[in-house]
Order: sequence, then C-alpha cells, then structure tokens
Amino acid sequence: MLRLELYKIFKKPRTYISFGIVTAFALVIQLALVADGKNFIAFAMQGVSAQFDIGGNVLNGYLVTYIILQSLLVQIPLLIALVAGDVLAGEANMGTLRLLLTKPVSRSKIVLVKFTAAVCYALLLLLWLAVIALGLSIIFFGTGDLVNMKSDAFVVLLKDDIMWRYIAAFMFAALAMTTVAALALLLSAFADNSIGPIMGTMGIIVVLMIFSTLDLPIFDVVKQYLFTTHMVGWKGFFDDPVPYDAIRFSAIVLVVYTILFVGATVFYFRKKDIKS
Amino acid sequence: MSDNIIEAKALSKTFGSFTAVTNLSFSIQQGDVYGFLGQNGAGKSTTIRMLLGLIYPDAGEVYIKGQLFNNQSRHLLQHIGAIIERPDMYLYLSGWDNLKMFARLSGTPIKDLRLYEVLEIVGLKGREQDKVKAYSQGMKQRLGIAIALVHNPDLLILDEPTNGLDPQGIAEMRLLIQSLSRDHGKTILISSHLLYEIEQIATRMIILHRGKKVVEGAVRQLLDPAETLMEVDILPDESISLKLNSSEWNRHIHKMSAEKLVFKMHPSQMPALNNWLVAQGAQVLQIRSSHSLEAYFLSLTNEADVKAGTV
Repeated sequence: MLRLELYKIFKKPRTYISFGIVTAFALVIQLALVADGKNFIAFAMQGVSAQFDIGGNVLNGYLVTYIILQSLLVQIPLLIALVAGDVLAGEANMGTLRLLLTKPVSRSKIVLVKFTAAVCYALLLLLWLAVIALGLSIIFFGTGDLVNMKSDAFVVLLKDDIMWRYIAAFMFAALAMTTVAALALLLSAFADNSIGPIMGTMGIIVVLMIFSTLDLPIFDVVKQYLFTTHMVGWKGFFDDPVPYDAIRFSAIVLVVYTILFVGATVFYFRKKDIKS
Repeated sequence: MSDNIIEAKALSKTFGSFTAVTNLSFSIQQGDVYGFLGQNGAGKSTTIRMLLGLIYPDAGEVYIKGQLFNNQSRHLLQHIGAIIERPDMYLYLSGWDNLKMFARLSGTPIKDLRLYEVLEIVGLKGREQDKVKAYSQGMKQRLGIAIALVHNPDLLILDEPTNGLDPQGIAEMRLLIQSLSRDHGKTILISSHLLYEIEQIATRMIILHRGKKVVEGAVRQLLDPAETLMEVDILPDESISLKLNSSEWNRHIHKMSAEKLVFKMHPSQMPALNNWLVAQGAQVLQIRSSHSLEAYFLSLTNEADVKAGTV
C-alpha cells in the first residue's frame, strides 16, 4: 500500500515543483556567491576582522551550504505541506477518498500509510537538498574550515570535522520535517480541499516561529514547548561543543508533537463521515 | 443460513437538524438486482454510504453476509464492489494504473489477466493506457464499474451509474448492468432517480421518501400490470361520465373529468374500453398509458407527503 501511495505522489506533476524550487533556490544563492561572494564575506566579517585575522578559503562549499540551509528555513516546511496537506484533503477533493474507503483497508492504516508516504517525500526532498546544496557547493567553492557567524560569537569548525555535522543536521531536519508533515496531515483530515491544510500549516508555523523568536520573557515558558522553537535544532551541530542535551530535548519535543498530530489524525479520521 | 448478501437493520442518520434516514431496514439477497429509488435528497446516497462504512449511522446496524459490519470488520468490504455518485479517479493516471491500484487494495491477489478480463467486460479494452483525464464520462463510469468488479465481489453497489451520461450512454450502461446480472451472476444494488432505468433493470426495489421506506418488494408484484394507469383524452362530454358510472367499467375508474378519463386496468382491456366509449358517442382523441413505475412512485410519494402533512 505504501508503494501505491508513493506511486501516486510521484506521478503528480506538482510533486516535482518542490524539487524544482529547491534546485532553483540553491542555484541562485550559489551563483550569486560565485559572482559576488568576496564582497559578501567582507561585509559579514567586518565586525570581527579588526580583532581576528581570518585567512584561507572562507567562502567554501560548507559555508555556502550553511547559508542555503538557513535561507530555506520557511520554504522547506511549505514544500512539505504542499504534499502532506494534500494526501487526505486532495483525495477528498478529487472524490477518490470515497472509492478508497470502499476497499477493505482500515482507516488507521490509510492514515499511517499516507503519513509514511509524506515522510518519504520529505526525506527525498531533504536528500535532494543535500545533494544540490552540499554537493554543488563543494564542486563550485571547494572545501575549507567553516566559519559559523552568530549574532554574539563566531565558531570556526575545522574542515575535517564538518561532514558528520551536516549528516547529523540533515537527519535532525528530517525529524523536524516529519513533524511538519504530521501537522499538515492532521489539518488535511479536517478539510475537503488541499488549500486549507497547506495554508493552515504554513500559518501555524509562521505564527509559532514568531513566538519562538520573540525575545520577550513572557513567552519564555511557552516557547520552549513549541515545536517551531525546536525545528532549528539542527543548528546545534554547528556549535562547538555540540549542545547534545539541547538537541536531545528538541528531538523529544518534535517526536512528541509528531505522535500527537498523527494520533489525533487517526482518532478523527476513524470517526469521520465521508460526505465528499 | 440466510441468502442475504447485505442487510440493513433500523438505520438512522441525522446531520445537524436534518434527518437523512429514519429507521430504515431492508435486505438484498443473492441474485437480486435491487433498485434503490427516491427523489434527490430521499436518503439513497446516505444509506449507501452507511452500507459501505463511509458514513456512520446514529442507530442501526449493517450485516454483510450475516456478519456485523463496523470499523473492526472492514475486511467484509471485500464482498462488495461499489461506485458512489461519480466515478472519481486519479485523472493523472492511466485507466490501467487506476484499475491496478484499486485491485491491489481489494483484499485479494489479482492477476493482470483478470484486469484485462474486466476491461473486456466493460468495453474499455484498448483504451486502458490512456490517462483518465482523456476519458469521456461514460468511459469513466465503465472504468468505475471495472474497479468495482475486479475482485469478483458478491455484490455490486452502483450509486447513480447513469449520472452525466447521454441517452446512448444510459442505454449502454443499462445493457452492461443487465449483462453483469445475467451473464456474470452478480447481485446488484442500483440507485437512481431515473425510474425507467430501474424498471428495466431491477428485480426487487425499495422506494425511499424523505429518509423513510415507502415500499419494498419484487418489481413484478409492485408493478402489477393490472394496475396500469390508462389515460383517455376525449372531446368534452359530460354524458360520458354519467354513462361510465353506471357501466361495468365503473370499477376501473381512477379519475374523471369532462375531457380526461383515467382508468386503472390491464392494458389488454383497453381496446374493449375504447370500443365501448366510441359506441357511447365519445370522441376519443388520445389514449396513453402512464408510465407504470413513475405513476406508482408518484402516487406513493404523494401519499406519503399527504400522510406526513407536508402538502
């Protein structure tokens, strides 16, 4: 059944829009940095160049990948929602959900298979991003130490100490995107067309991200439990030392949210009257 | 053991303040072509959806092959093939892909040979590789029937299978359904608001009105030819009414006015009645039989409305 779901997803032209967008976005940043990267680095380093003498190939593939990943923070969840928000609502809209549910397959299984298919899609999209962002950036810019510039500090990671961090970061991002897929799936179960769940997922993520990034003490208690706060947990792998406790906590929060979202979807969908 | 393929017991369903189905019971037996009749909004689709587990009844139960059907026994759906309202499929996939995909979900392993077989039955062989978005409405309906048929179910549920078809498509669909019953031994539940279609196809039927059963039984018994309504238009003549009232035709009179006489009788009696009318000086303009099922349906539903005080 999973194979059928994947077949349906990858037979849809709109699925490939996401891959196209990711490719275009990464290429635009890469080409811009090929053209004007030196000025960009000079501007970014102007605060620290007075105190530190930083030499070597700063504008390397690792740094470009890091820049691309940060830029795609909002776009990737949207692209995940584009497919995950469609898996149930899209079928309701097309009328195929009716036909699907006249088959001897449990509703829980249908939800779980669709969720798994959406996660597979998310993983493939991330894998593609890894290939395009990391692979092409290394080809265009070569490798070197990664200078991770933060608002209050900068971290220099040695060239040979970086690749595992990217692998770990992509794995963490996969977990975060699984949570996004679970949220989109939940909203998809409530709707009879895909626009609502896709926009709803993005709306929730954007609003919660604003809460997560607002530096107001009043939100401190709440925001540590918002999944959006933890979606950027992958950045922890580019700190030195790596804050494993914080990353673990972020992973747990994301897993809990994923279970809640999928559980709620199964619970609701099992009881839903199919009138579409 | 009963021959019931499917049985509904006291089904009721309400959506908000709207009662769609009330205390509805019926059963479909092996070999039936069961007509499900009712106006739009009579509760046909809601009932069919309850039979298939798409909508949960507020009260009542559904039994498939004698076993209680609910969320825990969805495997019983392998005995049923259905198309509901419209034959909606994955438009971006070919007919073959759609058929194969739903065949795999049917609960029984199905070989490609069977897929070709059902394509042949529904007359789509040769067009299976075309994308469904290129299909006509009739072809989509046929593919829908192929999907419903592919796992060789005991019961086919066809909800408004002639919807959106042109007259030729309707006639072809009728022939296909008749062939599925006659040549392939399928038990069929067919819902429609097209009375003539049901009359042509069904062996048993139920009439629903405002969510309630009005009547259920064998079509032959319900549509007794002796009850056919025969309408006779004449040039206005008050004396004919008087003569009729005192004649032996009196017991066949259903309605009467100066220019229109309606009799409830077997059509074979009509020539004799015509001769009698002419002999009495009536100038007969036209004789026609009201469509029997249509007349029956309207009389029952009007009666139900009168009883319910809605007219």
